[in-house]
Amino acid sequence: MPWSIRKSGIDGRKAWPVPGSALWLLLRNPSAVAGGGIVLFMALMAVLAPWLAPYDPNALNLAARLQAPSLAHWFGTDEMGRDLLSRVVFGARVSLVIGLVVIILAGGLGTLAGASAGYLGGRFDNVVMRVMDVILSFPSLVLAMALAAALGPSLKNAILAVAFTQVPKFARLARGEALNIRERLFIKAARVSGFSAPWIITRHVIPNCLATIMVLATLTVGETILVAASLSFIGLGAQPPTPEWGAIISVGRKFLLDQWWYPTFPGLFIVLTVVGYNILGDALRDVFDPRLRGGRL
Amino acid sequence: MSLMEFVFRRLAAMIPVVIGVTLCMFLISHAIAGDPAIMIAGPRASAETLETIRRTHGLDQPLYKQYFRYLSDISRGYLGESIRNRRPVLQDLKVFFPATLELTLASMLFCLLLGLPLGVLAAVRRNRLADHLTRLFSVIGVSTPVFWLGLMLLLLFYRHLDILPGSGRISVQFAAPSAVTGLYLVDALLDGDLGLFRDAARHILLPAFCLSYVYLAIITRIVRSSLIDSLEQDYIVTARANGLPEWRVVGLHAFKNSLIPTITIVGLSFGELLGGAILTETIFNWPGMGKYVVDSANYLDYPAIMAVALVSSLAYVLLNLLVDVFYALVNPQIRY
Amino acid sequence: MTAPPILSIRGLSVAFQSHGPPGRVVENLDLTLRRGEILGLVGESGCGKSVLARSILRLLPAPPARLTGEIFFGENLENLMAAGPQRLRAVRGGEISMIFQEPMTSLNPVFTVGRQMTEVVRLHTGAGRAKARKVCRDFLASVKLPDPETVLDKYPHQLSGGQRQRVMIATALSCGPKLLIADEPTTALDVTVQSQVLALLNDLTRARGVSTLFISHDLGVVAQLCDRVAVMYSGRLVELAPAESLFGRPAHPYTRGLLEAIPILSAPRAELLAIPGQVPNPADPPPGCRFHPRCGQRLDRCAREVPALTAQGEHWVACFNGHDR
Repeated sequence: MPWSIRKSGIDGRKAWPVPGSALWLLLRNPSAVAGGGIVLFMALMAVLAPWLAPYDPNALNLAARLQAPSLAHWFGTDEMGRDLLSRVVFGARVSLVIGLVVIILAGGLGTLAGASAGYLGGRFDNVVMRVMDVILSFPSLVLAMALAAALGPSLKNAILAVAFTQVPKFARLARGEALNIRERLFIKAARVSGFSAPWIITRHVIPNCLATIMVLATLTVGETILVAASLSFIGLGAQPPTPEWGAIISVGRKFLLDQWWYPTFPGLFIVLTVVGYNILGDALRDVFDPRLRGGRL
Repeated sequence: MSLMEFVFRRLAAMIPVVIGVTLCMFLISHAIAGDPAIMIAGPRASAETLETIRRTHGLDQPLYKQYFRYLSDISRGYLGESIRNRRPVLQDLKVFFPATLELTLASMLFCLLLGLPLGVLAAVRRNRLADHLTRLFSVIGVSTPVFWLGLMLLLLFYRHLDILPGSGRISVQFAAPSAVTGLYLVDALLDGDLGLFRDAARHILLPAFCLSYVYLAIITRIVRSSLIDSLEQDYIVTARANGLPEWRVVGLHAFKNSLIPTITIVGLSFGELLGGAILTETIFNWPGMGKYVVDSANYLDYPAIMAVALVSSLAYVLLNLLVDVFYALVNPQIRY
Repeated sequence: MTAPPILSIRGLSVAFQSHGPPGRVVENLDLTLRRGEILGLVGESGCGKSVLARSILRLLPAPPARLTGEIFFGENLENLMAAGPQRLRAVRGGEISMIFQEPMTSLNPVFTVGRQMTEVVRLHTGAGRAKARKVCRDFLASVKLPDPETVLDKYPHQLSGGQRQRVMIATALSCGPKLLIADEPTTALDVTVQSQVLALLNDLTRARGVSTLFISHDLGVVAQLCDRVAVMYSGRLVELAPAESLFGRPAHPYTRGLLEAIPILSAPRAELLAIPGQVPNPADPPPGCRFHPRCGQRLDRCAREVPALTAQGEHWVACFNGHDR
């Protein structure tokens, strides 16, 4: 990262990022750089998949079934002769989509519910938080399984199910933040000026807890990818022809003992991606939000 | 207030949660695409058969009545009937539950035997090599899909090194021990059959480690951070100034204090263990509830899935109660 | 007729090597404590008095802290700097014990008082469980805690601050130490409790002939209690004298500044603020006499040379203006 080491004052302009700014702090933090690098790498791979993948991920080539890794097929081929490297590269797309959609759904719903509960208080708060408690009293994979099974096995339903299980986390955090923000002067001023509760919640409360929410969101992406892959693995998520990592492993499991490469490479990419989000999330938390510490690692 | 009173109060506080959980499962069951009557009778059933089934199963009743019926079914131990084999789900669960319990307990043992010392080591050797290595070990632990880890363990220890068995609870040449507790390791010892015990222990090693890894990673980090926290407290200086040997200072005075946050996290992590058991059992062909529910998912056997979800979340709630009680025992500042 | 020394610190320096230049928090310090006396050590917060106290027992964590010099202790004047870890543990709590400022946090919250006290007694005296418990009960009675038997079974959070400090004192005395280091033992207590605890300390240590190093920033307290007083400034000793002499004829400008600040001290917990300026940063101390930037009577040489401690009778002072005044 050339701009991170550029010193200020050489060409008369201020160095960017500005020393002391959040970005500057992050770039000085080795784990933030490592985690961010991995996340960036995976995102690029997802976006550029059609250009990066050497083969069509779904092209069958029965003549080249279950081939070991070679120069032609770095990660080998599967039982239909599809190139596993191409499938893994395209899998980055699926996992990126899963991560983003779940975070948008769960983060959005959770933040809205939590912020409203915290701001409004009273019975609304009670009802919302009791519902969240109930959701939290299920092990998340078990609840996601039940939901995905009920909705019918598909990637879309798996995403919905995983999102549902992640809502309470965001709601709890946003509620806590909203309880604090509610007491601040500018909120009181807005209330006295006659602004409506929905207006205050969306214009003042939510923007003010966004930083904390973003940290939690980053930390949650990893878990989301793991649960979604687990659902695909047990057949309740993405269905086989889809190049989803969990689904590839699910089929590849049958070939583990003789074609080790089949389930191994997609799994390595899951680990790498999740490690990336986890270290980035931890570093973000250390830099922006020491209050969240102790919650996880 | 006595401990018993505390337990009862916590039990009472569980009631709304249990109602919520059952309501949640009930609603999910009703959200299932398609007509439950067809699900029960099969796609080729006649209209009259479907009508009879609706009546006998109360499916023509209003929703709230159905919910009460569901509640009374549960309280009588009726968790529905499996679509696959037409047997009451509870009967199946009774068969599979001990295996899951044994696996879970064994992996808890792993967590404590490895996680606590590793956490202490990382805290004492803070920012040195041992600490960095345990950090790496932990980050990988929380980032590795359980099912993939299981596959890799099989590849290494079963396929390549060939030192551990890869599936089931015991080898084929052995017969199951007499069913006293349902836990093979305990039952084998009760039978005095050391050969069987050894065999069962070899079988449980890989799945228990696989299941414990995530959890181990979490425990290690929490023990580390809370122990570091405790080691900075004034009473540690006092203990040292009183001439206590270092192992007592760290292992007793700091450690007991660090248990308080650790227990909280351990309690919150029980869910991971239950979820992980589903995947681990599938990989290692471990005949427990997890494998049962995955097999059920493959057949879209809804009653079985919902029953397992209900039972495991109730177990989860109950485990958290136990954690709370233990927490109160360790922390004298909690007056029940 | 001066009593023989029980503790003799020679050329002690303590540096912390963290980030930045290593700061010497204690520099080349000599101090002798006589058998049976109560020596007061005073100075503003940050002057290094707590660091000095902790380095006597070698309690500072070793990687950041670096100690040089000698600390002789006991009848045979054994060098504690050369003592091995095992010997050190025997000294700590056994022959030298220590009381800290914060009674609220200095006791372990998850163990009962009895558990913590008997642990120490059993460790140093080798007594059995029942014997140790009896010893502890007697010591709790001697610090005038009512109903010592029940106090033994209480957790620290069930006691008040004063009660906890009494427990600390009882623990500190329970193994018959020759030296007690009391690091601001009353600072965190209410004024009324403070005087009770001070009286207790005075009675118990004098009755048992325990030498005491009493650290405080509160000159009023020190005047009541101590035989001799040492004044510390920025890691160095600037004045050392018998209490009457020090309070009657303070020789160092810093000591005089402290004494002029005394009216403020009638308010509890007041820090000494009457001298303009700030305690120097140990990582970047001024050259020469470290007090000279704040001193009203500084000479040119004060910024260049370090004044040595010079004696006039029992009264020692490190100032170029010192005894001439």
